Amino acid sequence: MNTKKLTINVSPHVLSPVDSRSMMKDVIKALIPALAAALYFFRLAALGVIVSSVAGCLVAEYALQKWRGKKIRINDLSALLTGILLAMVLPPALPVWMAFLGGVFAISLGKEIFGGVGHNIFNPALLARAFLMAAFPVALTTWVKPITLDAVTTATPLGLEKFDHIITSPVTLFFGKIGGSLGETSAVALILGGIYLLLKKVIDYRIPAAYMGTVILFSLIAREIAPDKFAPPMFHLLAGGLLIGAIFMATDPVTSPVTAKGRWIFGAGCGLITMIIRTWGGLPEGVMYSILLMNALTPIVNKMSRPKRFGVRKRKK
Amino acid sequence: MKKLTFKGGIHPKYCKNLSKVKPLREAPLPHVAIVPLSQHIGAPNKAVVNKADEVEEGQIIGKNDSFVSSPVHSPVSGKVLDIKEAFHPTLGMTSSVFIERSENISSKQYSFTQRNIEEVSCRELVSEIKNAGIVGMGGAAFPTHVKLSVPDGKKIKTLIINGAECEPYLTCDNVLMVQKTKEIWEGIKVLDRILHPKKIYIAIEDNKKDAYLAFQKIFEGASGEIMTRTKMVLLKTKYPQGGEKQLIKATSGKEVPPAALPIDIGFLVQNVGTAYAVYEAVYCDKPLIERVVTLSGDCLDNPGNYLLKVGLTIKEIIEKGIISLKEEPKKIIVGGPMMGTSQIGTEFSILKNTSGVLFLSERSARIYEEDVCIKCAKCVDACPVDLTPTEIAKNVKKGYWDKVEEQYVSDCMECGACAYICPARIPLVQYIKEGKLAVSKKKKI
Repeated sequence: MNTKKLTINVSPHVLSPVDSRSMMKDVIKALIPALAAALYFFRLAALGVIVSSVAGCLVAEYALQKWRGKKIRINDLSALLTGILLAMVLPPALPVWMAFLGGVFAISLGKEIFGGVGHNIFNPALLARAFLMAAFPVALTTWVKPITLDAVTTATPLGLEKFDHIITSPVTLFFGKIGGSLGETSAVALILGGIYLLLKKVIDYRIPAAYMGTVILFSLIAREIAPDKFAPPMFHLLAGGLLIGAIFMATDPVTSPVTAKGRWIFGAGCGLITMIIRTWGGLPEGVMYSILLMNALTPIVNKMSRPKRFGVRKRKK
Repeated sequence: MKKLTFKGGIHPKYCKNLSKVKPLREAPLPHVAIVPLSQHIGAPNKAVVNKADEVEEGQIIGKNDSFVSSPVHSPVSGKVLDIKEAFHPTLGMTSSVFIERSENISSKQYSFTQRNIEEVSCRELVSEIKNAGIVGMGGAAFPTHVKLSVPDGKKIKTLIINGAECEPYLTCDNVLMVQKTKEIWEGIKVLDRILHPKKIYIAIEDNKKDAYLAFQKIFEGASGEIMTRTKMVLLKTKYPQGGEKQLIKATSGKEVPPAALPIDIGFLVQNVGTAYAVYEAVYCDKPLIERVVTLSGDCLDNPGNYLLKVGLTIKEIIEKGIISLKEEPKKIIVGGPMMGTSQIGTEFSILKNTSGVLFLSERSARIYEEDVCIKCAKCVDACPVDLTPTEIAKNVKKGYWDKVEEQYVSDCMECGACAYICPARIPLVQYIKEGKLAVSKKKKI
């Protein structure tokens, strides 16, 4: 036997088959139903936004890493995922060059400037959407009707609720066929993806559970106080970006807490901020800002929520 | 039946079927046994034989008069060739006795002698266990007689017999439990006589149902006072279920405080292999000179569980054809793949605490480059002692030793669950070891 070929290193000597790339791949797989729904409802417009957003991300990733003389990491799929996630939170009628610009922004100022994958503070896709929202407010709030793609006439269910007090039925929200961003159309497609991610253990249940739980609790209490002024919990849960936010954005590992308790706090914080903005804010939707704000708090949440030391009893009061 | 478990942990691929079904196999005796003088945690032994001495099987060849030590016996009858440094699988070069077996002396037979242990004093039983050189056979190799000598003012309320065997590949405890159930039970009774605990738990993971059933079978119809205190416990199959602190947590819900021993909260854990060795020492007058070892891995043609003499080298095992390699191993590991030690060659011996030797190909011993942490927190969720491995590793890299200490790096038992699960392939255990070392050095200054 040739003992020179033997490898020596620190234990453990076996590794889980799941690596970072396979986790990214699973998230992309989980987005397939939502992508299909977006393409079905918004046809070529959706395709244009998806392709240009992804292209923006990949081009920026390649160019920046080449320029900085770093290893090209396009193969780790994180830029591709950011591109898809960004497209999911953009309106279908958005000019493709804006989507492309958003992709470039997400990777360059959302990720690479912090040192690349694993180092960013904010969710890159949401940061890029916040930038586009500030730069092109009209384009970012112009909605089209599903399938026919008629412009202008359609507002989102949240807009209808906020400004006109019209509640879209949960059934319509569940299957889609509503105005909104690409990924906001069909709740069922997002839920399917979420179940897949939970089963594959790519995401942890705590953040979505805390997020949705807080939203439900908040709207129940609000309904209790003023039943005609507030929408029911089911509406808040299914409308707008809540599901894509709770399942795909807030669970982004890099920008959410690592401790179990911290994930509860993070999710609850997102839920609370979302509902405050939806209820009292000038905007109909608050998911994006809630997650970005909680992203900023993640380091503090991590510090505050360290697990109790094993074997040390809780102090009796 | 309710399966008990602890928080955290992982589910690695167990690969136990490679060696599990095979019955216990006897192996040829060593030609030259290389016996490291110290095979325990504690004061190192000194040789009590000289070069060219004739030694008898079972004769003590190394000992130390200190209490925390355990004598080493000659595994064969023969002649001492030399006493010099030889390779030890975890300690590097250590002083070892080379014994050439004489072909014309047949090996000893150890037969069971009936005796009433109730009439033997506890002190005498403990000293028999000490003289037989018994150490913890689950891996730690802590002298068993020390563990059994409960200091004044402390009392063992619960004795847990550890049959969890949570490391992948290893099946030596499993076969022992199935084939030597009665003997292990007799060993447990000896431990009971010494400690008289209120409760005895025999804890087995649910992937070893055969072992669980074997115990249940001998308990059927059994009566007596001890049966009222003994309980079988079925554990969920999860790594590291067999860790002392995890086992106590799973069976009782109690947590052993940091830096404390199970004895401080009234617990004592003994491995099933150790219980078997206690039986052999007390009833058959046999010192610990052989043990069951799992030889496994995907490079082996004939993985299985073998009864091997302490001091038999892996080189001889291969040369004698006890095992045959179907491909060149990329890694040879002593112990399980989660906590075992990778070896640089085959010139090391089977020791008292060698539970297995694994021969893994590149496919199963996966070697990866370290990538960037994506803070997925899988390590945090997997840590059975509630640490935050990703942050500890980050602080070790930066040399922030105060922070490393604040994050209780010393509580880590290096089970490897975090590094196993890490999707970025960060060698977390390596960083944590580095952190522990730096923190303990800092404390000394």
